[in-house]
Amino acid sequence: MAAPPALSSQADIDAEIAAAVPGGGPHPDRGYAPYRSSALRHPHQRLAAVRDPEAVELSGPVFGATDVTALDHDLTRQHLGEPLGERITVTGRVTDRQGRPVRHQLVEIWQANAAGRYAHQRDDHPAPLDPNFTGVGRCLTDGEGRYSFTTIKPGAYPWRNHLNAWRPAHIHFSLFGTAFTQRLVTQMYFPGDPLFPYDPILHSVTDPAARRRLVADYVHALSQPEFSLGYRFDIVLDGPAATWTEPEEQR
Amino acid sequence: MNEQAAHGTSCTGTGNRTVPPTPSQTVGPFYGHALPFPRGGALAPEGDLRALTLHGRVFDGAGQPVPDALLEFWQAAPDGSRTGAPGSLRRDPADGSVLGRDGVEFTGFGRVSTDADGHWAVRTLPPPQSAPYVAVCVFARGLLHHLYTRAYLAEPAADPLLDALPAHRRATLLAPAERPGVHRFDITLQGEPDRETVFLDFG
Ligand SMILES: [Fe+3]
Repeated sequence: MAAPPALSSQADIDAEIAAAVPGGGPHPDRGYAPYRSSALRHPHQRLAAVRDPEAVELSGPVFGATDVTALDHDLTRQHLGEPLGERITVTGRVTDRQGRPVRHQLVEIWQANAAGRYAHQRDDHPAPLDPNFTGVGRCLTDGEGRYSFTTIKPGAYPWRNHLNAWRPAHIHFSLFGTAFTQRLVTQMYFPGDPLFPYDPILHSVTDPAARRRLVADYVHALSQPEFSLGYRFDIVLDGPAATWTEPEEQR
Repeated sequence: MNEQAAHGTSCTGTGNRTVPPTPSQTVGPFYGHALPFPRGGALAPEGDLRALTLHGRVFDGAGQPVPDALLEFWQAAPDGSRTGAPGSLRRDPADGSVLGRDGVEFTGFGRVSTDADGHWAVRTLPPPQSAPYVAVCVFARGLLHHLYTRAYLAEPAADPLLDALPAHRRATLLAPAERPGVHRFDITLQGEPDRETVFLDFG
């Protein structure tokens, strides 16, 4: 095998981020050069437009009471002991682009521990594993589209996109809407993180206003006395919703 | 970036006001302990004689297998129903482990990750003639926004998507039977038009 190419410097990446031509939409372009792994993993051909009202993708999977247990939303109670780190509560509402709540759908999160290490075999970052933290949570949204998790604040971690590449602290989110076309996987960031300017994954969202929607708000009223700090992260699912459901009443 | 700016959008509006969406971000490399679940590819109730295997490999633009892709599947039931059913991740109430589907309901949903050689497989029921395809959603490290495609298990006489594609592109969506009950569907994330899988935009 050929020798791996030399890693770019942070200055190279900064220059590429600054030079990136905004794609115009709220989502990242799949081919975003500063994120090196995207180079060989994005299509070159134009996507085929599907406007068929009979498309199966306009319906979607459903989840229910058997798919989650009562403890799944609390990542601090999945082991015998308490995980190390800053306990936080993350809550928000999931809606579609008309502002209608996404009810009783599955929200999944996963994250690194407080030291920035994933409980994943291939994460070889030399930071300690926490025997009391796996970093995986699930819940169903309620009748108003709300979700809530109790967890610990994840640490930043290094990766090998370029020399001295560090990811800002983030929680990965996976969401389902009423249609398969509304599927979303994203990442939630924490306000004021000094690593924001250096991160090509965050900057793959080239519109600054869209990028801000990935940053949770610290909401003091959501902090629980003597227990946890509160963050709000509202999520809006894109893509056409199911056509066969009755229109929702607006609240 | 201005961290102080309110990111939240009010969702209490009325009418057809369009709220800006939350941007997509890559699933990253370390979802393996979180998203895949036991028997995630076992959509077909055990013992159902209609069950078929759908499998293939995922390749990148250099023709190399993609070992860290996550695939999700959604399809109509054999009777044409599109409502699905809960229970894909049915849990053991005693210890929280995933038991898998109850063997009665067809949930219509599956999720598997690729192996070290880029291979994946699911066991499912045949979709109806009216919609003879399995919808596939692809996530991967390096992919900033998921991709949709379709595996057509049977070639329909008429289909709005297939009929709009040139023959060499259309072929990338066909999942013919390699042998009875085993259908093959390779996914190529990037390549020449006759090789790169057709990915879909639902607008
Ligand atoms: Fe991560």
